[in-house]
This record gives sequence, C-alpha cells and structure tokens, in this order.
Amino acid sequence: MLLKPIAETGHCGLFLLRMLASIRFERQQLLSILQQTYLVGARSLVIIMICGFFVGMVLSLQAINALQQFGASDQVSMLVGKSLFRELGPVLTALLFAGRAGTSIAAEIGLMKATSQIDAMQLMAIDPIQRIALPRFLAGVLSLPLLTAMFNALAILGAVVFSIGVMGLDPGIFWSKLQTGIYFGKDFMGGVWKSIVFGGLVSLVAVYFGYYAKPTGEGVGTATTRTVVLSSVLVLIFDFIMTSFLI
Amino acid sequence: MQDPIIRINKLVFRRGNKVILDNVSMDIKRGSIVAVMGPSGVGKTTILRLITGQLQPDQGSVEVNGRLVSSMSRRELYDCRKDIGVLLQNGALFTDLTVFENIATPLREHTRLSEDAISERVLAKLASVGLTGTGDLMPHSLSGGMARRVALARAVIMNPEIVLFDEPMTGLDPIAMSTVGRLIRETNDQLGLTSVIVTHNVEQMKKLVDYCFILASAKLIAEGSPQTLMHKSDPAVDQFMHGRVEGPIAFNYQDPSAGPPATAS
Repeated sequence: MLLKPIAETGHCGLFLLRMLASIRFERQQLLSILQQTYLVGARSLVIIMICGFFVGMVLSLQAINALQQFGASDQVSMLVGKSLFRELGPVLTALLFAGRAGTSIAAEIGLMKATSQIDAMQLMAIDPIQRIALPRFLAGVLSLPLLTAMFNALAILGAVVFSIGVMGLDPGIFWSKLQTGIYFGKDFMGGVWKSIVFGGLVSLVAVYFGYYAKPTGEGVGTATTRTVVLSSVLVLIFDFIMTSFLI
Repeated sequence: MQDPIIRINKLVFRRGNKVILDNVSMDIKRGSIVAVMGPSGVGKTTILRLITGQLQPDQGSVEVNGRLVSSMSRRELYDCRKDIGVLLQNGALFTDLTVFENIATPLREHTRLSEDAISERVLAKLASVGLTGTGDLMPHSLSGGMARRVALARAVIMNPEIVLFDEPMTGLDPIAMSTVGRLIRETNDQLGLTSVIVTHNVEQMKKLVDYCFILASAKLIAEGSPQTLMHKSDPAVDQFMHGRVEGPIAFNYQDPSAGPPATAS
C-alpha cells in the first residue's frame, strides 16, 4: 500500500532533476519563463488581491474584537502583520495559486498530451520537459513570492480600511505598531522562504500530474483534481515543517 | 542494390500478453513512398513508433540509415529524429502557436538561422502546401485538411530524409484527401524524401504509393506494388484489398488468452 506513493515520490523527484538539468540560460528559455510568469502569475493577480483585501479586513475585525476585551486594540496592526507575513500570506496565496494556476498548468499540459502535442514535440527532437514543464515550474517558483507580497500588501490595506476607516483606530498608532512589531528577518523573510518553497511544490505537482496524465478527458480531469488536493495538503505539511525550523 | 533507408528485421513487439507484431521484417527503399496497411488495431502505428524509437522491440531490430534505433541514447535518438519528419494522425499542431510559429518551431530549435531566413523558409513551405497568407491564423481556426497541410509543412521544414505519415487521409473530404495525397507525392519527389504512410485507405494508396506492406493478425502477410497486391490470390490479402466482410481477417476483438483467432466467415 505504501509502495506506490513512495515509488511515485521517487519518480517525481527524478522528474524534478530532469527539469533542473535542462536549465540552459538561453534567450528562448528566458522568454518562455517570462511568458509563463505572466500567464500563471500576472493572471492570478486579481483573485489574489481581492482575497488579500478581505482577509485583511476579517483579520482586523477578529483581532479588534478579541483585543478589545483586554483593552489592547491598538495592538491590532502587529497581530495582523505577524499572522499575515508569517503564516496566512504564504499559505493562503499558495492555496489560491494551486486552485487558479496549478489546475490550469495541469490541464494545459494534460490536454497537450491528449492531443499528441507532446508526442509531436518529442518527434521533432525537442525535449518537452525542457520546453513545456521547466518554464511553468520556474514561473511558479518566481510568481508565488511576488503574489504573496501583493496578497500581504492588500491585506494590510484591508486592515487599514477596517481598523482606521471603520473602527476609528489612530493611524499613527496603527503604523508605528506595525513598524516596530514586525521583524524583517524573522517575520518578513520567513514568509518569503515559505512562499518560494510553496511555489516550487505547487508548480512541481501541477507539471508532474499534467505530464503524466492519461491522454483522455478523464485523465486530464483526474490530473487537475489531484493537483489541487495534493498541492494543498503538501503546502500545509511543509508549512508546519518550515515553521518549526523558522520560528 | 542500394541499402534500404529503414530496415525492420524479425521484429516482435508485445503489450502484456498480447503479441502486436510477430516476426515482421520490412526493407524500405530510399526515395520511395511506402504504405504500411492493414485493418485497424493491427499495429501499423506501433511500427512508426518503433521506427522513431518511442517504443522498443521485444525481439528483432529496427535500423534507420544503418543505425540500430534500440541501442541509441536519448541524445542520439534526438539527433536521429532530426532526419525524420512525422505527420501525426490529427496533425498535432501546437494550439498556443500560430500557423507560422508552428512551422518555424523546428527551425528555431535546431538551427541558428536569422529571423529573415526563418521567415523566408516558412513562407515558402506555406506556399508549397497552398496556404499562403495563413501564417497568422491559430490552429483552431483551420479546417481538418488545412491543419493536415500545415502539419505536413512543419514535418518537412527541416528537409528530413524520411517522413512518416500516420493516417494522413483520415477524416478528410475527398478533395482534401486528393490534395494531401498530391502534396505527399510532390514533396517526396521534389525533396528526394522517403515517405512511409500508415493507412487503411486502399483506394488512395493505389494511386499514391510505390510499394505496400500488409499486416494482419500481427504478421506481415504480403508486400508488393499496389497493382500486384490487388490481384493476389491470398484470401487475407484479397479480403483486405477488396474490403470483403468474409475472409480470414477477423472482425471481432480477439482475446489474447482465448487461443488462435477465429475467422469471420
């Protein structure tokens, strides 16, 4: 029962090594990575920004509600900031990215397989791992930290709108607590490292399942479902592992 | 006698328990148009996949230009494939690229030609398949016949020695079928290629090819020019070439564990 997941993990590891071995730093490859960064990254911006804004609003609502009981509602920006930079920003962005971009990568590659485009590429002596899988994988690794930064920025904006605009908190106290309570190395960079790892995980799972999808409609459907499920679970598992080292 | 460009020798290929190809041998002469024919599911496309090294034989050998395909490393295989153009059954055009970019892809990957030189070669190939002015179109806006012609242009853009066609006429109307057939003949003769066509369309092949191999029940049952095969008295060849329902070639699926195939009559 355990043998199949272990074998598949090994297979996925070899797939990752093959991708990394095919990095060439050629103009065409860089252009392809940039194009994919636009497709998987820039096109996920709107959903990430909307979600970030409302997560910031609801976080500050909950935080103010809880902190008011102890007369500490002026600490809201520090609480929101720490939760966002350390945990919620990277994790929620990765989960949204898995649903928005991960599925699209898996479905696109799976469909290319089902319509023999991958076959055609191999027959033209073009390595599909280098041309198809690698740019999407690297685009994911590049995009997720940037998307996380946008998510965090919009979440802080949401917190500002709710705390200062709605609840009437003093702006000076809000910003000074945020500035003094958040540490660059521990809070901010910890989130950046997490988002890089999550970006790699989600895009690796997506390109792997897409590339090895059965070349049928059902196969493509299964690949997209497995991408969302497995990458979400892996993000949460790796979040715990990384937090226990970074904390 | 000139060495064959493709030599398949005593080839055996199995999928699980089922023998797909059993002791099949073929010599394909340089410069000819050859058809590999047989009923659906007999292993015709498998032969193409064995020639391109996508599949490995269980026994026997496949040689392309005197080199054993099964012993090639990945890099050697990719080098060998640069001399082989392949037109897949559905054309397999890259759906995210324009017609122009589809045809230019092999040039961009394998040559250091300037943009002007690439453009010149791609436009010339488009003109040769009668599709001048379609360079900016996306594959989804092409008809089946046009997509097949774009795929043909892409398959020969690198001036390969061999072009493999997998069911090039399937799903086309009679006019598109004749157009594609004429283009295959013209391209083969003008560029001095060797063309291998996998098909079950007997009528088109009678007009187009120089030599035929007929597969049935996993074996090579006959070979020769289309005219010779049309008059062959062998019951299986006669059944296939004339499309008869009754004969030794079974219509029903044969369970590999159920013993020797039953006849359709």
